[in-house]
Amino acid sequence: MVLFVLFFGFLGYGFDIFYFGNDPLELIGQRSFAIPIGTLMALVVGGGMSLWGLQGGAKAVLSSASAAPVSDEDPRYRTLLNVVDEITIASGLPRPRVFVIPDADPNAFATGRDPEHSYVAVTQGLLDSLNREELQGVIAHEMSHIKNYDIRVMTVIAALVGAVFLLSDWSSRAMRFGAGGGRRSRSSRGGIGGAAGIILLVVWLLAIILAPLVSQILAMAVSRQREYLADASGAELTRNPLGLAKALEKIESAETPTESIKRGSAHLCIVDPLGRKANFKEGAVADIFATHPPISKRITFLKAMAYQYESQKAQ
Amino acid sequence: MGTIILLVVVGVVILWVIAKYNSLITLRNQVQIGWRQIYVQLKRRHDLIPNLVNTVKGYMEFEQDTLRQVIEARNAAVNAKGVADAAAKEGELTAVLSRLFALVENYPQLKASENVKQLQEELTSTENKVGFARQFYNDIATKFNIAQQVFPGNIIASLFKFQAAELFQIEKPEEREVPTVNLSLKK
Repeated sequence: MVLFVLFFGFLGYGFDIFYFGNDPLELIGQRSFAIPIGTLMALVVGGGMSLWGLQGGAKAVLSSASAAPVSDEDPRYRTLLNVVDEITIASGLPRPRVFVIPDADPNAFATGRDPEHSYVAVTQGLLDSLNREELQGVIAHEMSHIKNYDIRVMTVIAALVGAVFLLSDWSSRAMRFGAGGGRRSRSSRGGIGGAAGIILLVVWLLAIILAPLVSQILAMAVSRQREYLADASGAELTRNPLGLAKALEKIESAETPTESIKRGSAHLCIVDPLGRKANFKEGAVADIFATHPPISKRITFLKAMAYQYESQKAQ
Repeated sequence: MGTIILLVVVGVVILWVIAKYNSLITLRNQVQIGWRQIYVQLKRRHDLIPNLVNTVKGYMEFEQDTLRQVIEARNAAVNAKGVADAAAKEGELTAVLSRLFALVENYPQLKASENVKQLQEELTSTENKVGFARQFYNDIATKFNIAQQVFPGNIIASLFKFQAAELFQIEKPEEREVPTVNLSLKK
Protein backbone atom coordinates (compact mmCIF):
# COMPACT_ATOMS: atom_id res chain seq x y z
CA MET A 1 0.00 0.00 0.00
CA VAL A 2 2.76 2.40 0.97
CA LEU A 3 4.61 1.71 -2.29
CA PHE A 4 1.45 2.52 -4.14
CA VAL A 5 0.92 5.83 -2.45
CA LEU A 6 4.59 6.75 -2.88
CA PHE A 7 4.44 5.90 -6.58
CA PHE A 8 1.38 8.06 -6.92
CA GLY A 9 3.04 10.91 -5.07
CA PHE A 10 6.08 10.56 -7.30
CA LEU A 11 3.95 11.04 -10.41
CA GLY A 12 2.41 14.17 -8.99
CA TYR A 13 5.77 15.48 -7.84
CA GLY A 14 7.31 15.09 -11.27
CA PHE A 15 4.32 16.83 -12.81
CA ASP A 16 5.01 19.86 -10.67
CA ILE A 17 8.70 20.01 -11.49
CA PHE A 18 8.43 19.80 -15.19
CA TYR A 19 5.38 21.83 -15.96
CA PHE A 20 5.58 24.57 -13.46
CA GLY A 21 9.23 24.69 -12.60
CA ASN A 22 8.28 24.43 -8.93
CA ASP A 23 10.08 21.94 -6.82
CA PRO A 24 7.62 21.34 -3.97
CA LEU A 25 10.42 20.44 -1.63
CA GLU A 26 12.09 23.81 -2.11
CA LEU A 27 8.81 25.56 -1.48
CA ILE A 28 8.68 24.40 2.11
CA GLY A 29 11.38 26.82 3.12
CA GLN A 30 10.13 29.79 1.11
CA ARG A 31 7.05 31.84 1.49
CA SER A 32 5.98 31.84 -2.10
CA PHE A 33 2.48 31.59 -3.39
CA ALA A 34 3.27 29.00 -5.98
CA ILE A 35 1.14 26.03 -5.09
CA PRO A 36 2.32 22.54 -6.05
CA ILE A 37 -0.77 21.97 -8.10
CA GLY A 38 0.22 18.64 -9.56
CA THR A 39 0.89 16.91 -6.26
CA LEU A 40 -2.19 18.36 -4.63
CA MET A 41 -4.45 17.43 -7.50
CA ALA A 42 -3.10 13.92 -7.58
CA LEU A 43 -3.84 13.51 -3.88
CA VAL A 44 -7.27 15.12 -4.12
CA VAL A 45 -8.37 13.07 -7.12
CA GLY A 46 -7.08 9.88 -5.58
CA GLY A 47 -8.73 10.63 -2.25
CA GLY A 48 -12.01 11.65 -3.84
CA MET A 49 -12.27 8.50 -5.93
CA SER A 50 -11.48 6.32 -2.94
CA LEU A 51 -14.21 7.87 -0.81
CA TRP A 52 -16.76 7.57 -3.60
CA GLY A 53 -15.88 3.92 -4.08
CA LEU A 54 -16.23 3.22 -0.38
CA GLN A 55 -19.71 4.72 -0.14
CA GLY A 56 -21.58 3.04 -2.92
CA GLY A 57 -19.54 -0.05 -3.51
CA ALA A 58 -21.26 -2.80 -1.54
CA LYS A 59 -24.81 -2.46 -2.88
CA ALA A 60 -23.56 -2.24 -6.44
CA VAL A 61 -21.54 -5.42 -6.15
CA LEU A 62 -24.40 -7.35 -4.59
CA SER A 63 -26.96 -6.34 -7.18
CA SER A 64 -24.59 -7.04 -10.06
CA ALA A 65 -24.31 -10.61 -8.82
CA SER A 66 -28.10 -10.96 -8.42
CA ALA A 67 -27.64 -11.77 -4.77
CA ALA A 68 -30.80 -12.26 -2.71
CA PRO A 69 -30.85 -11.45 1.02
CA VAL A 70 -31.53 -14.32 3.40
CA SER A 71 -34.08 -13.72 6.13
CA ASP A 72 -33.45 -15.07 9.62
CA GLU A 73 -36.58 -17.19 9.58
CA ASP A 74 -35.84 -18.99 6.31
CA PRO A 75 -35.57 -22.70 7.15
CA ARG A 76 -33.68 -23.58 3.96
CA TYR A 77 -30.68 -21.57 5.01
CA ARG A 78 -30.69 -22.40 8.71
CA THR A 79 -27.26 -24.07 8.55
CA LEU A 80 -25.74 -21.14 6.67
CA LEU A 81 -27.12 -18.63 9.18
CA ASN A 82 -25.93 -20.77 12.08
CA VAL A 83 -22.44 -20.99 10.63
CA VAL A 84 -22.34 -17.22 10.14
CA ASP A 85 -23.46 -16.81 13.76
CA GLU A 86 -20.71 -19.13 14.95
CA ILE A 87 -17.99 -17.24 13.16
CA THR A 88 -19.51 -13.97 14.38
CA ILE A 89 -19.04 -15.17 17.94
CA ALA A 90 -15.53 -16.44 17.27
CA SER A 91 -14.39 -13.17 15.72
CA GLY A 92 -16.19 -10.66 17.93
CA LEU A 93 -17.38 -8.78 14.83
CA PRO A 94 -20.93 -7.53 14.32
CA ARG A 95 -23.09 -9.94 12.32
CA PRO A 96 -22.92 -9.34 8.54
CA ARG A 97 -26.01 -9.45 6.31
CA VAL A 98 -26.15 -12.76 4.48
CA PHE A 99 -26.96 -13.14 0.78
CA VAL A 100 -27.36 -16.11 -1.54
CA ILE A 101 -26.50 -16.06 -5.26
CA PRO A 102 -28.52 -18.40 -7.48
CA ASP A 103 -25.56 -19.96 -9.29
CA ALA A 104 -24.64 -23.63 -9.35
CA ASP A 105 -20.91 -22.96 -9.27
CA PRO A 106 -19.40 -22.83 -5.77
CA ASN A 107 -18.06 -19.42 -4.81
CA ALA A 108 -18.39 -16.77 -2.12
CA PHE A 109 -17.45 -13.18 -1.43
CA ALA A 110 -17.58 -10.55 1.26
CA THR A 111 -18.09 -6.83 0.81
CA GLY A 112 -18.84 -3.70 2.82
CA ARG A 113 -16.78 -0.71 3.91
CA ASP A 114 -16.37 -1.66 7.57
CA PRO A 115 -17.48 -4.41 9.97
CA GLU A 116 -20.64 -2.51 10.92
CA HIS A 117 -21.79 -2.43 7.30
CA SER A 118 -20.68 -5.80 6.01
CA TYR A 119 -22.22 -8.36 3.68
CA VAL A 120 -21.37 -11.99 2.95
CA ALA A 121 -22.70 -13.71 -0.17
CA VAL A 122 -22.45 -17.39 -1.13
CA THR A 123 -23.65 -19.23 -4.23
CA GLN A 124 -26.26 -21.97 -4.06
CA GLY A 125 -23.62 -24.25 -5.55
CA LEU A 126 -21.38 -23.65 -2.54
CA LEU A 127 -24.16 -24.57 -0.12
CA ASP A 128 -24.92 -27.73 -2.05
CA SER A 129 -21.38 -29.06 -2.35
CA LEU A 130 -19.74 -28.29 0.99
CA ASN A 131 -20.34 -29.94 4.34
CA ARG A 132 -20.65 -28.00 7.56
CA GLU A 133 -16.95 -27.99 8.45
CA GLU A 134 -15.94 -26.76 5.00
CA LEU A 135 -18.68 -24.11 4.93
CA GLN A 136 -17.36 -22.89 8.27
CA GLY A 137 -13.88 -22.55 6.76
CA VAL A 138 -15.16 -20.54 3.79
CA ILE A 139 -17.30 -18.23 5.93
CA ALA A 140 -14.37 -17.71 8.31
CA HIS A 141 -12.20 -16.72 5.31
CA GLU A 142 -14.78 -14.24 4.08
CA MET A 143 -15.33 -12.70 7.49
CA SER A 144 -11.58 -12.38 7.90
CA HIS A 145 -11.62 -10.17 4.82
CA ILE A 146 -14.11 -7.98 6.68
CA LYS A 147 -12.10 -8.09 9.88
CA ASN A 148 -8.88 -7.09 8.13
CA TYR A 149 -10.60 -4.26 6.28
CA ASP A 150 -9.53 -5.86 3.01
CA ILE A 151 -12.53 -4.52 1.17
CA ARG A 152 -11.58 -1.00 2.10
CA VAL A 153 -7.97 -1.63 1.07
CA MET A 154 -8.94 -3.02 -2.31
CA THR A 155 -11.48 -0.27 -2.99
CA VAL A 156 -8.95 2.42 -2.23
CA ILE A 157 -6.40 0.68 -4.43
CA ALA A 158 -8.89 0.30 -7.27
CA ALA A 159 -9.63 4.00 -7.08
CA LEU A 160 -5.94 4.84 -7.04
CA VAL A 161 -5.32 2.64 -10.07
CA GLY A 162 -8.09 4.50 -11.85
CA ALA A 163 -6.60 7.81 -10.86
CA VAL A 164 -3.18 6.71 -12.10
CA PHE A 165 -4.68 5.92 -15.46
CA LEU A 166 -6.22 9.38 -15.58
CA LEU A 167 -3.04 11.06 -14.46
CA SER A 168 -0.85 9.34 -17.00
CA ASP A 169 -3.38 10.14 -19.68
CA TRP A 170 -3.41 13.86 -18.85
CA SER A 171 0.35 13.94 -18.58
CA SER A 172 0.94 12.42 -21.97
CA ARG A 173 -1.53 14.85 -23.55
CA ALA A 174 -0.11 17.84 -21.71
CA MET A 175 3.38 16.89 -22.75
CA ARG A 176 2.58 17.57 -26.37
CA PHE A 177 1.36 21.08 -25.56
CA GLY A 178 3.26 22.11 -22.50
CA ALA A 179 6.86 21.13 -23.09
CA GLY A 180 7.90 24.52 -24.41
CA GLY A 181 6.31 26.42 -21.56
CA GLY A 182 7.98 24.19 -19.03
CA ARG A 183 11.45 24.92 -20.25
CA ARG A 184 10.92 28.66 -20.23
CA SER A 185 9.70 28.82 -16.69
CA ARG A 186 12.37 26.48 -15.47
CA SER A 187 15.17 28.80 -16.47
CA SER A 188 13.49 31.88 -15.01
CA ARG A 189 12.38 30.45 -11.66
CA GLY A 190 15.21 28.14 -10.79
CA GLY A 191 13.84 24.67 -10.67
CA ILE A 192 16.12 21.65 -10.76
CA GLY A 193 18.81 22.18 -13.37
CA GLY A 194 21.51 20.26 -15.13
CA ALA A 195 22.14 16.56 -15.38
CA ALA A 196 20.06 15.66 -12.35
CA GLY A 197 17.10 17.31 -14.03
CA ILE A 198 17.51 15.25 -17.20
CA ILE A 199 17.79 11.97 -15.34
CA LEU A 200 14.74 12.83 -13.29
CA LEU A 201 12.89 13.70 -16.49
CA VAL A 202 13.72 10.35 -18.07
CA VAL A 203 12.77 8.38 -15.00
CA TRP A 204 9.57 10.35 -14.67
CA LEU A 205 8.63 9.81 -18.33
CA LEU A 206 9.15 6.10 -17.95
CA ALA A 207 6.99 6.19 -14.87
CA ILE A 208 4.20 7.97 -16.74
CA ILE A 209 4.29 5.48 -19.60
CA LEU A 210 4.50 2.44 -17.40
CA ALA A 211 2.24 3.83 -14.69
CA PRO A 212 -0.92 1.98 -15.66
CA LEU A 213 0.98 -1.29 -15.89
CA VAL A 214 2.95 -0.83 -12.69
CA SER A 215 -0.09 0.19 -10.71
CA GLN A 216 -2.01 -2.88 -11.91
CA ILE A 217 0.87 -5.12 -10.90
CA LEU A 218 1.06 -3.53 -7.47
CA ALA A 219 -2.70 -3.88 -7.03
CA MET A 220 -2.58 -7.58 -7.94
CA ALA A 221 0.27 -8.17 -5.52
CA VAL A 222 -1.69 -6.56 -2.69
CA SER A 223 -4.74 -8.64 -3.61
CA ARG A 224 -2.78 -11.89 -3.44
CA GLN A 225 -1.20 -11.08 -0.10
CA ARG A 226 -4.58 -10.23 1.37
CA GLU A 227 -5.94 -13.58 0.15
CA TYR A 228 -3.21 -15.44 2.01
CA LEU A 229 -3.87 -13.28 5.05
CA ALA A 230 -7.58 -14.07 4.92
CA ASP A 231 -6.79 -17.81 4.66
CA ALA A 232 -4.59 -17.58 7.74
CA SER A 233 -6.98 -15.38 9.74
CA GLY A 234 -9.86 -17.68 8.87
CA ALA A 235 -7.89 -20.68 10.07
CA GLU A 236 -7.12 -18.79 13.27
CA LEU A 237 -10.85 -18.22 13.82
CA THR A 238 -11.93 -21.80 13.31
CA ARG A 239 -8.69 -23.36 14.64
CA ASN A 240 -9.29 -25.80 11.80
CA PRO A 241 -7.21 -25.04 8.69
CA LEU A 242 -8.10 -28.38 7.13
CA GLY A 243 -11.76 -27.33 6.87
CA LEU A 244 -10.88 -24.54 4.47
CA ALA A 245 -8.29 -26.75 2.72
CA LYS A 246 -10.93 -29.37 1.97
CA ALA A 247 -13.37 -26.70 0.82
CA LEU A 248 -10.77 -25.28 -1.58
CA GLU A 249 -10.08 -28.75 -2.95
CA LYS A 250 -13.78 -29.24 -3.64
CA ILE A 251 -14.14 -25.80 -5.21
CA GLU A 252 -11.07 -26.33 -7.35
CA SER A 253 -12.41 -29.58 -8.79
CA ALA A 254 -15.78 -27.99 -9.48
CA GLU A 255 -14.32 -24.88 -11.07
CA THR A 256 -16.35 -23.67 -13.97
CA PRO A 257 -16.77 -19.93 -14.36
CA THR A 258 -19.34 -18.42 -12.04
CA GLU A 259 -21.42 -16.45 -14.48
CA SER A 260 -23.25 -14.36 -11.92
CA ILE A 261 -20.21 -12.63 -10.51
CA LYS A 262 -19.04 -10.00 -12.90
CA ARG A 263 -15.50 -8.93 -13.66
CA GLY A 264 -15.63 -5.91 -11.39
CA SER A 265 -16.16 -8.01 -8.28
CA ALA A 266 -13.87 -10.86 -9.25
CA HIS A 267 -11.08 -9.93 -6.91
CA LEU A 268 -13.35 -10.11 -3.89
CA CYS A 269 -14.19 -13.79 -4.25
CA ILE A 270 -12.66 -16.77 -2.57
CA VAL A 271 -11.74 -18.27 -5.93
CA ASP A 272 -11.52 -16.41 -9.20
CA PRO A 273 -15.01 -16.63 -10.70
CA LEU A 274 -13.95 -15.90 -14.25
CA GLY A 275 -11.78 -18.98 -14.42
CA ARG A 276 -8.88 -16.93 -15.69
CA LYS A 277 -5.87 -19.08 -16.40
CA ALA A 278 -3.52 -16.82 -14.49
CA ASN A 279 -5.21 -17.65 -11.22
CA PHE A 280 -4.74 -21.39 -11.52
CA LYS A 281 -1.21 -21.80 -12.75
CA GLU A 282 2.02 -21.07 -11.02
CA GLY A 283 4.96 -19.41 -12.73
CA ALA A 284 6.31 -15.93 -13.31
CA VAL A 285 3.53 -14.43 -15.43
CA ALA A 286 0.79 -15.83 -13.24
CA ASP A 287 2.60 -14.57 -10.18
CA ILE A 288 2.49 -11.02 -11.42
CA PHE A 289 -1.01 -10.74 -12.83
CA ALA A 290 -3.21 -13.04 -10.79
CA THR A 291 -5.69 -11.59 -8.31
CA HIS A 292 -5.71 -14.82 -6.32
CA PRO A 293 -2.80 -17.04 -5.39
CA PRO A 294 -2.82 -20.46 -7.04
CA ILE A 295 -5.25 -22.73 -5.20
CA SER A 296 -2.74 -25.55 -4.80
CA LYS A 297 -0.39 -23.21 -2.98
CA ARG A 298 -3.15 -22.03 -0.70
CA ILE A 299 -4.04 -25.63 0.14
CA THR A 300 -0.39 -26.42 0.83
CA PHE A 301 -0.07 -23.49 3.21
CA LEU A 302 -3.26 -24.46 5.03
CA LYS A 303 -2.14 -28.05 5.41
CA ALA A 304 1.21 -26.85 6.72
CA MET A 305 -0.70 -24.93 9.39
CA ALA A 306 -2.16 -28.27 10.40
CA TYR A 307 1.29 -29.84 10.38
CA GLN A 308 0.51 -31.91 7.35
CA TYR A 309 3.46 -31.31 5.11
CA GLU A 310 3.30 -32.53 1.52
CA SER A 311 6.01 -35.11 0.99
CA GLN A 312 7.50 -35.16 -2.49
CA LYS A 313 8.14 -38.86 -2.68
CA ALA A 314 5.13 -40.59 -1.16
CA GLN A 315 1.79 -41.00 -2.92
CA MET B 1 12.11 27.80 22.22
CA GLY B 2 13.16 25.29 24.86
CA THR B 3 9.99 25.66 26.86
CA ILE B 4 7.86 25.12 23.75
CA ILE B 5 9.60 21.83 23.00
CA LEU B 6 9.20 20.75 26.61
CA LEU B 7 5.49 21.56 26.57
CA VAL B 8 5.02 19.68 23.30
CA VAL B 9 6.81 16.62 24.68
CA VAL B 10 4.77 16.67 27.88
CA GLY B 11 1.60 17.09 25.85
CA VAL B 12 2.46 14.10 23.66
CA VAL B 13 3.21 11.95 26.69
CA ILE B 14 -0.08 12.87 28.33
CA LEU B 15 -2.00 12.07 25.15
CA TRP B 16 -0.25 8.72 24.93
CA VAL B 17 -1.09 7.89 28.54
CA ILE B 18 -4.75 8.71 27.93
CA ALA B 19 -4.85 6.61 24.77
CA LYS B 20 -3.20 3.65 26.46
CA TYR B 21 -5.46 3.83 29.50
CA ASN B 22 -8.55 3.97 27.29
CA SER B 23 -7.48 0.99 25.26
CA LEU B 24 -6.92 -1.02 28.45
CA ILE B 25 -10.40 -0.05 29.71
CA THR B 26 -11.92 -1.07 26.38
CA LEU B 27 -10.17 -4.43 26.46
CA ARG B 28 -11.24 -5.07 30.04
CA ASN B 29 -14.87 -4.47 29.11
CA GLN B 30 -14.59 -6.71 26.09
CA VAL B 31 -13.18 -9.44 28.31
CA GLN B 32 -16.16 -9.12 30.64
CA ILE B 33 -18.63 -9.28 27.77
CA GLY B 34 -16.78 -12.28 26.38
CA TRP B 35 -17.18 -14.08 29.68
CA ARG B 36 -20.93 -13.39 29.83
CA GLN B 37 -21.41 -14.54 26.24
CA ILE B 38 -20.30 -18.03 27.16
CA TYR B 39 -23.21 -18.30 29.53
CA VAL B 40 -25.61 -16.95 26.91
CA GLN B 41 -24.70 -19.89 24.69
CA LEU B 42 -24.80 -22.39 27.55
CA LYS B 43 -28.29 -21.23 28.47
CA ARG B 44 -29.39 -21.70 24.85
CA ARG B 45 -28.14 -25.23 25.04
CA HIS B 46 -30.02 -25.87 28.30
CA ASP B 47 -33.21 -24.60 26.70
CA LEU B 48 -32.92 -26.73 23.58
CA ILE B 49 -32.39 -30.05 25.32
CA PRO B 50 -35.89 -30.64 26.74
CA ASN B 51 -37.20 -30.02 23.20
CA LEU B 52 -34.89 -32.67 21.83
CA VAL B 53 -35.82 -35.24 24.44
CA ASN B 54 -39.55 -34.71 23.89
CA THR B 55 -39.18 -35.10 20.15
CA VAL B 56 -37.30 -38.38 20.28
CA LYS B 57 -39.09 -39.91 23.27
CA GLY B 58 -41.91 -41.40 21.26
CA TYR B 59 -39.57 -43.19 18.86
CA MET B 60 -36.88 -44.39 21.20
CA GLU B 61 -38.84 -46.53 23.65
CA PHE B 62 -35.84 -48.70 24.36
CA GLU B 63 -33.58 -45.83 25.19
CA GLN B 64 -35.50 -44.41 28.14
CA ASP B 65 -32.42 -44.75 30.30
CA THR B 66 -30.30 -42.59 28.08
CA LEU B 67 -33.06 -40.02 27.74
CA ARG B 68 -33.41 -39.87 31.49
CA GLN B 69 -29.66 -39.37 31.84
CA VAL B 70 -29.78 -36.51 29.38
CA ILE B 71 -32.46 -34.71 31.38
CA GLU B 72 -30.63 -35.33 34.63
CA ALA B 73 -27.34 -34.06 33.26
CA ARG B 74 -29.07 -31.00 31.85
CA ASN B 75 -30.70 -30.18 35.18
CA ALA B 76 -27.42 -30.67 37.00
CA ALA B 77 -25.75 -28.27 34.58
CA VAL B 78 -28.47 -25.64 35.08
CA ASN B 79 -28.04 -25.83 38.85
CA ALA B 80 -24.27 -25.84 38.89
CA LYS B 81 -22.60 -23.38 41.24
CA GLY B 82 -19.37 -21.70 40.38
CA VAL B 83 -17.16 -21.86 37.32
CA ALA B 84 -15.35 -25.13 37.99
CA ASP B 85 -18.57 -26.94 38.87
CA ALA B 86 -20.33 -25.54 35.81
CA ALA B 87 -17.47 -26.62 33.56
CA ALA B 88 -17.62 -30.15 34.98
CA LYS B 89 -21.39 -30.45 34.59
CA GLU B 90 -21.33 -29.07 31.06
CA GLY B 91 -18.71 -31.64 30.18
CA GLU B 92 -20.91 -34.45 31.44
CA LEU B 93 -23.83 -33.07 29.49
CA THR B 94 -21.73 -33.08 26.32
CA ALA B 95 -20.81 -36.72 26.87
CA VAL B 96 -24.41 -37.81 27.39
CA LEU B 97 -25.59 -35.83 24.36
CA SER B 98 -23.09 -37.47 22.07
CA ARG B 99 -24.33 -40.88 23.28
CA LEU B 100 -27.84 -39.83 22.41
CA PHE B 101 -26.85 -38.63 18.93
CA ALA B 102 -25.08 -41.88 18.27
CA LEU B 103 -28.21 -43.79 19.26
CA VAL B 104 -30.35 -41.77 16.86
CA GLU B 105 -28.36 -43.43 14.06
CA ASN B 106 -30.10 -46.71 14.91
CA TYR B 107 -33.59 -45.36 14.28
CA PRO B 108 -34.07 -44.69 10.56
CA GLN B 109 -37.50 -43.06 10.95
CA LEU B 110 -36.04 -40.78 13.58
CA LYS B 111 -33.05 -39.96 11.44
CA ALA B 112 -35.27 -39.01 8.53
CA SER B 113 -37.61 -36.87 10.58
CA GLU B 114 -37.32 -33.19 9.69
CA ASN B 115 -37.88 -32.15 13.27
CA VAL B 116 -35.01 -34.24 14.50
CA LYS B 117 -32.71 -33.00 11.75
CA GLN B 118 -33.47 -29.40 12.64
CA LEU B 119 -32.95 -30.07 16.33
CA GLN B 120 -29.67 -31.82 15.64
CA GLU B 121 -28.54 -28.89 13.54
CA GLU B 122 -29.52 -26.48 16.33
CA LEU B 123 -27.73 -28.52 18.95
CA THR B 124 -24.61 -28.91 16.80
CA SER B 125 -24.62 -25.20 16.20
CA THR B 126 -25.08 -24.49 19.90
CA GLU B 127 -22.20 -26.78 20.82
CA ASN B 128 -20.06 -24.93 18.28
CA LYS B 129 -21.18 -21.58 19.61
CA VAL B 130 -20.31 -22.52 23.18
CA GLY B 131 -16.88 -23.57 21.96
CA PHE B 132 -16.37 -20.40 19.94
CA ALA B 133 -17.58 -18.22 22.82
CA ARG B 134 -14.95 -19.80 25.05
CA GLN B 135 -12.35 -19.43 22.33
CA PHE B 136 -13.19 -15.77 21.84
CA TYR B 137 -13.02 -15.19 25.58
CA ASN B 138 -9.57 -16.72 25.73
CA ASP B 139 -8.45 -14.71 22.71
CA ILE B 140 -9.62 -11.38 24.09
CA ALA B 141 -8.34 -12.20 27.59
CA THR B 142 -4.92 -12.97 26.13
CA LYS B 143 -4.97 -9.72 24.18
CA PHE B 144 -5.80 -7.87 27.41
CA ASN B 145 -3.04 -9.63 29.32
CA ILE B 146 -0.49 -8.92 26.60
CA ALA B 147 -1.47 -5.25 26.55
CA GLN B 148 -0.85 -5.08 30.28
CA GLN B 149 2.48 -6.84 30.14
CA VAL B 150 4.33 -5.30 27.20
CA PHE B 151 6.57 -2.33 27.77
CA PRO B 152 5.68 0.54 28.07
CA GLY B 153 2.05 -0.43 28.56
CA ASN B 154 2.87 -2.20 31.79
CA ILE B 155 3.65 1.12 33.41
CA ILE B 156 0.10 2.34 32.81
CA ALA B 157 -1.37 -0.98 33.84
CA SER B 158 0.33 -1.10 37.21
CA LEU B 159 -0.27 2.61 37.75
CA PHE B 160 -4.01 2.19 37.41
CA LYS B 161 -4.14 -1.26 39.01
CA PHE B 162 -5.37 -3.40 36.13
CA GLN B 163 -5.66 -7.10 36.88
CA ALA B 164 -4.72 -9.95 34.60
CA ALA B 165 -7.69 -11.85 33.21
CA GLU B 166 -8.03 -15.58 33.86
CA LEU B 167 -8.16 -17.86 30.89
CA PHE B 168 -10.92 -20.42 30.53
CA GLN B 169 -9.41 -23.80 31.28
CA ILE B 170 -10.42 -27.38 31.62
CA GLU B 171 -10.13 -28.18 35.30
CA LYS B 172 -10.39 -31.93 35.36
CA PRO B 173 -8.01 -34.11 33.34
CA GLU B 174 -10.91 -36.42 32.39
CA GLU B 175 -12.50 -33.72 30.31
CA ARG B 176 -9.51 -33.50 28.03
CA GLU B 177 -10.27 -36.98 26.78
CA VAL B 178 -12.54 -37.34 23.80
CA PRO B 179 -15.89 -38.65 25.11
CA THR B 180 -16.27 -42.33 24.33
CA VAL B 181 -19.50 -43.12 22.60
CA ASN B 182 -21.19 -46.29 23.74
CA LEU B 183 -22.91 -47.66 20.65
CA SER B 184 -24.14 -50.94 22.04
CA LEU B 185 -27.89 -51.31 22.29
CA LYS B 186 -27.66 -52.76 25.77
CA LYS B 187 -27.08 -50.39 28.64
